[in-house]
Amino acid sequence: MLIFTAAFLVPLVWVVLGAMKPPAELARVPPTILPETWVPETYAQAWNYMDLGRFFLNTLVVAIGAWAVQLAVAVPAAYALSKLRPLLGNVILGLMLATLMLPAAALLVPMYLTISDLGLLNSPAAIWLPAAANAFNIYLLKRFFDQIPRELLEAATIDGAGPIRTLINIVLPISRPILAVVSIFAVVAAWKDFIWPLLVFSDPAKQTLSVALQRFAPDTPINLLLAGLVLAGLPMVALFLAFQRHILAGLTAGGIKG
Amino acid sequence: MRRHLTAYGFLSGALVVFALFSWYPIVRGVTLSFQQVNFVTAADWVGWSNFERLVNDPQFAIAWRNTIAFTAIALVLGFGVPFVTAVVLNELRHAKTYFRLVVYLPVMLPPVVTALLWKWFYDPGPGLFNTVLRGLGLPEGTWLDSGRIALVSLVVVATWANMGSATLIYLAALQTIPGELYEAAELDGAGVLQRIRHVTIPQTKFVLLMLALLQVVATMQVFTEPFIMTGGGPEDSTITVLLLLYRYAFVYNDFGTASALSLMLFTVLGVFSALYLRVTSREH
Repeated sequence: MLIFTAAFLVPLVWVVLGAMKPPAELARVPPTILPETWVPETYAQAWNYMDLGRFFLNTLVVAIGAWAVQLAVAVPAAYALSKLRPLLGNVILGLMLATLMLPAAALLVPMYLTISDLGLLNSPAAIWLPAAANAFNIYLLKRFFDQIPRELLEAATIDGAGPIRTLINIVLPISRPILAVVSIFAVVAAWKDFIWPLLVFSDPAKQTLSVALQRFAPDTPINLLLAGLVLAGLPMVALFLAFQRHILAGLTAGGIKG
Repeated sequence: MRRHLTAYGFLSGALVVFALFSWYPIVRGVTLSFQQVNFVTAADWVGWSNFERLVNDPQFAIAWRNTIAFTAIALVLGFGVPFVTAVVLNELRHAKTYFRLVVYLPVMLPPVVTALLWKWFYDPGPGLFNTVLRGLGLPEGTWLDSGRIALVSLVVVATWANMGSATLIYLAALQTIPGELYEAAELDGAGVLQRIRHVTIPQTKFVLLMLALLQVVATMQVFTEPFIMTGGGPEDSTITVLLLLYRYAFVYNDFGTASALSLMLFTVLGVFSALYLRVTSREH
């Protein structure tokens, strides 16, 4: 148990404390455990030094946009495949699910060129649109919609509701649990992603936190860098503590994603 | 008829994004592998020459060897450690929620943050690891600075960062094993290891196989840790296939050769992905 805590929590506490030591103390061998001189202002300095506010905002725009576009694409698609059952619906579902087999790395170059052709380099849409081509979302949502009894939807149709009204008024409210899972994973994935934003955001002003931090890392004083890392990780830790039940349930119940 | 039209209206968004960002890139990736592009004149068909260039690049063999070594070590660590952790967690009566949270916490951190943190932990002087080793009176490590163990050091980071998911998925599988099976084994006089061998493993072999295949597909695409922590060094000891791909495409601007390398990676991983799909579809 102690080993466990030591392996997973101690490194994180070590960083949070380390960021508050002055640079000279950080370089000392052997290191101090608690800071001799507490410099909590380092966090504020790091924020200003790396202009973290801008990159937080960029990341937020990327993550929220990716979430919105993913839901806007996947919910109607899954609903159509589950309940409206169009001609060739199963073929389309099959073609979508087949993309789950594709390693993301294999598509980097052609996807980059496509984004470049569309003139979307350095635009948040370069993240939003490819993120929406996510077969896993459609699979999860469709599987959930499949369990909604037909009678419920037919009753709505008899009351004169069209498919859009039925989706919004009947299907979405009962799908809250699965929508929560899809939403959280969409935001977390967008926040964590590195290689794709690295490729599409060559303009430093447009970069996400991860891309900006790796750019700053080589020539930022270590205490400021550590503080920046803590700040960048904090929103995900907070999100995790707030939604831990959804996240852990989604991990095991919602199938598995690499 | 109207139903079909409405349905396609609902599907239109998905069809557009899949066509643009999944289906078309697959085709384009294959054609690019046989082309040389410079974005000024039309693309030239060059046959297999991109592949030839790759095979003649001394880094090609090194990158594959490193990637396979990385995947193999990651399979032993990233599979063994979560297995043991899940078995231990399953035996715990108290603080289960706490440990579940703790083991999953690193999964939430952005990989760039994790990689930069660990680079600092590996610092030979004031770094966390050598400090602990010194404290225990053990010899210090060179971590990322020595060609021999740099790759292993990276695997440790990747395992720490990702093992939370595998542990919790496996833990959920363990909890579905009926308690009577263990009781029966115990009556037959089976010890802990025998119970694991004869009850736990056979009862969860689907999940185990699935986790192993997922792990292979994910680690063959390793990029962030070597890119940030070592840049492929020292002396190419941590250059991976994806790092080489990145160099061809975005350092040398040779998209054709980069695509040829993607196609090779895709073919290799395709085998594992197909196995994964077979295993999971058989289970359902």
